[in-house]
Amino acid sequence: MPSLKDLKNRIASVKSTRKITKAMQMVAAAKLRRAQEAAEAARPYAERMNAVMAGLAASVGGSDSAPRLLAGTGADQTHLLVVMTAERGLCGGFNSTIVRLARARAAELLRQGKTVKILTVGKKGREQLKRDFAKHFVGHVDLSEVKKMGYDVAQGIARDLIRRFDAGEFDVATIFFNRFQSVISQVPTASQIIPAKFEGGADGASALYDYEPSEEGILADLLPRGVATQVFTALLENGASEQGARMSAMDNATRNAGDMIDRLTIVYNRSRQAAITKELIEIISGAEAL
Amino acid sequence: MADTMQFDLVSPERRLASVQAREVRIPGADGDLTAMPGHAPLITTLRPGILRIVKADGASDDYAVTGGFAEISAAGTTLLAEEALHVSEVTPAIVKGFVARAEESLRAAKEAGHQDLVDDAAKLLADMVAMGDHIGIS
Repeated sequence: MPSLKDLKNRIASVKSTRKITKAMQMVAAAKLRRAQEAAEAARPYAERMNAVMAGLAASVGGSDSAPRLLAGTGADQTHLLVVMTAERGLCGGFNSTIVRLARARAAELLRQGKTVKILTVGKKGREQLKRDFAKHFVGHVDLSEVKKMGYDVAQGIARDLIRRFDAGEFDVATIFFNRFQSVISQVPTASQIIPAKFEGGADGASALYDYEPSEEGILADLLPRGVATQVFTALLENGASEQGARMSAMDNATRNAGDMIDRLTIVYNRSRQAAITKELIEIISGAEAL
Repeated sequence: MADTMQFDLVSPERRLASVQAREVRIPGADGDLTAMPGHAPLITTLRPGILRIVKADGASDDYAVTGGFAEISAAGTTLLAEEALHVSEVTPAIVKGFVARAEESLRAAKEAGHQDLVDDAAKLLADMVAMGDHIGIS
């Protein structure tokens, strides 16, 4: 049985923990709103880009002159997994779900005898994957210094990916990130970015466009941008998901702390009552004995 | 024929403009072009330069763009710019930054020793400088 003093300390410490989790929840809520706005604002660009690229890809894709970024290397041997996670923890299952998906994919590819390379974005994913896949790591992008997720960050990552691709380091690149659905639901997603793939085929009208300079010229110019745009979208979705996950995790933590305080308070009151009763009994029986 | 069309200017980070426009002057990679309602469908890449939007009321708006592409279709014109700034937001420091970056890529291209890349980078640099001059004058 803990003493009254112990209980009091315990209650005080849980109370201050609750204050911290509460504050973190509110910070996450504010950041979430900003992240959602950023993701919202980036959507028109990504959508147009995707539509134009799909049209172009459909008209050029079949020919032999298609750029390698679109057609691929023709091989399917070396896979690069780009695992995007958060820089910080305390956000529920956010990092673990991405890592679990990436780990499953890596294990499957290895079983098929493929070569797996891993590029991590964000510290947490690196830490979790290090144990099993440290020898597959080829690089890491540190985002802890990034205050605001800008397009230049995505561009930097995309440029690095394309450079590696041109150097023949991999055949297929897939990014892993959490797609934001709502505050309580984030869906870990894998999407292939090199060779470029576009959702939704071309609508018939796109074949009617004039292209300046040439279709191939535009495609060569656009593909790297398309990759950067996809990376950017993933980063923003991930950012919003992280804040959403943290918000609900901290909300849970705050509620649990509240429950814990209630339970501890009851125990505290009971033991105080018991102590008082015991003292009274002692006094009364002492008086009766006289 | 309608005398205005829908024009959207979007960058990866936000939508900068969405207006009804009478005409849009676009700095295309192969030369400037002006899109008016009913223009033939066209997709073109951009070089760094000034984008001028003439709105329905005749007022015009200028934006500095550093690259991207434009899509002209029957439904309207969409310009996807890598970076776009309203001319009033452009400061000498920003232009200097652009020029420095272009110079950097020229140097990198020269080191790589790939003639096409060097030409591209040199053109980029010239375009950036020209854009700076243009804004300086206007």
